[in-house]
Amino acid sequence: MARELHQQTLTELAAGLESGDFSSVELTEALLARVADHDGALNAFITVTGEQALAAAKAADEARAAGKGGVLNGLPLVHKDIFCTRDVLTTCGSRMLENFVSPYNATVVDKLADAGAVVLGKTNMDEFAMGSSNETSYYGPVKNPWHLDYSPGGSSGGSAAAVAARLAPAATGTDTGGSIRQPAALTGTVGLKPTYGRVSRYGMIAFASSLDQAGVITRSSADAALLLGVMAGFDERDSTSIDHPVPDYTTALSQPVDGLRIGVVKQHFDAGLDEATGKAVREALAVLEANGAKLIDVDMPNIDLSVPTYYVVAPAECSSNLSRFDGVRFGHRADEPEDLFDLYCRSRGEGFGAEVKRRVMTGTYVLSAGYYDAYYLKAQQVRHLIADDFHKAFEEVDVIAGPTSPTPAFRLGDKVDDPITMYLNDIYTVGANLAGLPGVSTPCGFVDGLPVGLHLVGPHWGEEALIRCAHNYEQLTDWHFACPEDYS
Amino acid sequence: MSGAWEVVIGLEIHAQLATKSKIFSGASTAYGAEPNTQACLVDLGYPGVLPVLNEEVVHMAAMFGLAVNATVAPRSVFARKNYFYPDLPKGYQISQYELPIVEHGELFITDDDGNEKRIGITRAHLEEDAGKSTHEGLGAFSGIDLNRAGTPLLEIVSEPDLRSAKEAVAYMRKIHSIVRYLGISDGNMQEGSFRCDANVSVRPRGQAEFGTRTELKNLNSFRFVEKAINFEIERQIDVIEDGGDVVQETRLYDANKDETRPMRSKEEANDYRYFPDPDLLPVEIDAAYIEAVRDTLPELPDAKRHRFIDDYGIRADDADILTTSRSLADFYEEVIAATAGEPQGVANFVVGELMGALNKAGLGIEDSPVSAAAVAGLLDRIKDNTISGKIAKEVFEAMWAGEGSADEIIEAKGLKQITDSSAIEAIVDKVIEANPGQVAEYKAGKDKLIGYFVGQVMKETGGKANPGQVNQILKQKLG
Amino acid sequence: MCARARTGVERGRAEGVSHKKKQQEFPVSLDKDQVQQIAVLARLRLADDEFAETVDKLSRIVDFVDQLSQADTTDVVPMAHPLDVAQRLRADAVTEPNERDRFQENAPSTQDGLYLVPKVIE
Repeated sequence: MARELHQQTLTELAAGLESGDFSSVELTEALLARVADHDGALNAFITVTGEQALAAAKAADEARAAGKGGVLNGLPLVHKDIFCTRDVLTTCGSRMLENFVSPYNATVVDKLADAGAVVLGKTNMDEFAMGSSNETSYYGPVKNPWHLDYSPGGSSGGSAAAVAARLAPAATGTDTGGSIRQPAALTGTVGLKPTYGRVSRYGMIAFASSLDQAGVITRSSADAALLLGVMAGFDERDSTSIDHPVPDYTTALSQPVDGLRIGVVKQHFDAGLDEATGKAVREALAVLEANGAKLIDVDMPNIDLSVPTYYVVAPAECSSNLSRFDGVRFGHRADEPEDLFDLYCRSRGEGFGAEVKRRVMTGTYVLSAGYYDAYYLKAQQVRHLIADDFHKAFEEVDVIAGPTSPTPAFRLGDKVDDPITMYLNDIYTVGANLAGLPGVSTPCGFVDGLPVGLHLVGPHWGEEALIRCAHNYEQLTDWHFACPEDYS
Repeated sequence: MSGAWEVVIGLEIHAQLATKSKIFSGASTAYGAEPNTQACLVDLGYPGVLPVLNEEVVHMAAMFGLAVNATVAPRSVFARKNYFYPDLPKGYQISQYELPIVEHGELFITDDDGNEKRIGITRAHLEEDAGKSTHEGLGAFSGIDLNRAGTPLLEIVSEPDLRSAKEAVAYMRKIHSIVRYLGISDGNMQEGSFRCDANVSVRPRGQAEFGTRTELKNLNSFRFVEKAINFEIERQIDVIEDGGDVVQETRLYDANKDETRPMRSKEEANDYRYFPDPDLLPVEIDAAYIEAVRDTLPELPDAKRHRFIDDYGIRADDADILTTSRSLADFYEEVIAATAGEPQGVANFVVGELMGALNKAGLGIEDSPVSAAAVAGLLDRIKDNTISGKIAKEVFEAMWAGEGSADEIIEAKGLKQITDSSAIEAIVDKVIEANPGQVAEYKAGKDKLIGYFVGQVMKETGGKANPGQVNQILKQKLG
Repeated sequence: MCARARTGVERGRAEGVSHKKKQQEFPVSLDKDQVQQIAVLARLRLADDEFAETVDKLSRIVDFVDQLSQADTTDVVPMAHPLDVAQRLRADAVTEPNERDRFQENAPSTQDGLYLVPKVIE
């Protein structure tokens, strides 16, 4: 009694394609039909690439018939619109790139395509990945499939919503401060952010270069393992990608959780955490403990400073990264500029939304003469202290577990007026970015009908421990099978 | 300069490194291509692209560091210098700031008094060049060509050790000759591969603290460096002597008017917001790498100069000139190896005749129409008394004009020196007979007239008689 | 192999870097002039209502990040990068062909292969 195609995970679909139960064209058509039916309400897509997807699906079917094709042959997925895709609109959620057709592919896009993946479209996101609610997108907010009045989180909100609503079995995302894990938690999906340097950043439009990392949003950790194996690896076009062996992540799936040492950070259960969310997470930890994992208390004295640290470092880097959008070689250009200065100021003033401008200005300020030491340098020092907290913790534990987000999804519009409240959404996730560590969020319950995520962080190159722990948890519970009512 | 004032100059020299591809991308660095045909996605600062460092620039910077007796940093860091300008595609220039690849170097120049003077090199760092703006024929617009964007530069910063425009030029020439010896830059100033900014200030002689400096931008010839600095020194002294203050500013040298003027654009309190480039990691260089580079270093100008003086016994000023470029020094040594002529005589000929002709024709030694072997062939004929030095000039002119080797020309033109003493004696007799008055005067003690007789004999022989022999025979006969 | 960073304090001492803890007074909040200056430096034109909102929100952000001053960072080396590894180098080879026409399809204004901007005055 095979479930409908859109309800199947990537791993199940791979098996179905392999056994000839259905073709990639049939699968792709079914999903494109769902996108057509539902995306009007969800706004998860900026661009749907139906024609290209069907052509790729046909090619995948032919390859399979010829006994060829990569590990993802014929499997559909969607890309966050931050990844450059050749000859396809790539907006990064911004008016600035409203008409930008990339002349090249991101390495991640190439790798997935080479493995046979079929791309259904490009997903909506916070503008330049700056936001935690998807409300900063120039293309309108994404709705949470669990409740259309709620935010799916951000910045990879379109990817998370598309996977949660069963419009696509998997999506790429990027995570600078929690942008994969937080929307995954808020939509009941699995979100994996690998170790910094694990996946190439080439072709991924930069927000904060020392924090950005590409990852995936899926419906199971097994699917995340499958995709990571394809995406990971050294790229000669990215100096910060690391030449570190890529294991077969799916082998981690068969390892039991027995004996795994799980660190519980007391600061992660402080006053800022919603009570019901905290309860769901504690119950999840109890499930893991009951199955042989050891819970160990961990103290991270500097972790409370991770959000202010992040909101200095990330804006500093973004202020510089976004200088290239000047209306000269690509992107929005103001009409009839009076002079060069006017061209710059108006092109950028019109092309960027309010949150992007705020972050660019914050970053400009913290790097400027007289403030550099007090803010930027200080933040990089505190960053070191936070990273050391993690490294010390990983001398005693294999993974660190806690909540992904302090609350379940919030109503659209609720936090837009207060940047600080919005920034505090990232309180449990930014630490991993500051230290370059891998993290995963997997569904662990519901609060008032909205999903809650369990957050796991591992040491550098510790993806296997994360996948092992999350996968075991998923086998012991069925939260990740839960589907929003209107999308079953 | 005016004796009451001391001039303080520091130079920032930008040498384009002679790599095939750019510092952070695989686009070509070849000069003169159609606009934007050598600007790839990385050079254009496209969204999502990343820089990857060219190994050759690190190698070249290390060579330079060793050549100027500097520290090659075991760890150096690229930083972003943030400012908006249309020829700067990313809105920041990737450069090195706090941790440059080369620090604490030195070189020696000959100062205005002819003494050797040490000039400190504060640092040399790697950075990317910007593009170019053109303004011709585009109406209210400027056109941006980014072919040059991303070309590797080594910025070499001197200590404020230079005390005159002449010293500044001597220092710049020295750097120029070093980078060309090392083969790390073509040093082509017309194409902008070697350019210089000068920081200039004056202070009352004896005062310890520096005066306010101005920065003179983009001085792209040795002559302009000297003229611009001299103009600026005069201007600053005038300002101060008129009771004014020198304003710290950036000034452009206008070669047509021979003056400097403040730059009109930007500089509204530039705040470059340097920070470490998160797209690049620290460059680490170990001792083994440095030793390997050291082993491949060519002989440098100073060492070569000393060797020329010591081994060949030539004059220091000739050694200076002959070692300004590796190819000239090589040419000289090729001649030495092939001729029986004395090294100083070879130097005289190369520095005098050959370089004179090359300069006149606007050619470099590489383009000399007369090869080193050919020069040796000519000098051999002087050495073996086949021709005189004077006739040699005539032969050289013919060689330059492509009329053949020295021997061929001597033969064809019948320029062979008369060394047969009976033939010379006959002519001497003839001259003595024709000039009885001068002979009497000579005999009466007017020794100087010997020159007159030599001249007459040379005239009779068409310059082909050996002057030494003529002299000797004349003295005998008049004796 | 784990590319774990040495601890901040260790690195500070090992590299002889001294970032003496200067108890700098954190500037609190921003005024309109400062925000205007930042907007110029960042080349951003803000509409009037946007400007007022920006002054308010930027001030709140700056006040928020001011809590960093609490941290004792004596002898801690700034961490610019999450991994303690060295730059990898590429061979000096020309690998990028001329694709000007394709790259300029995204350009708002070009002529004769040049990108056009309002006249630049030096």
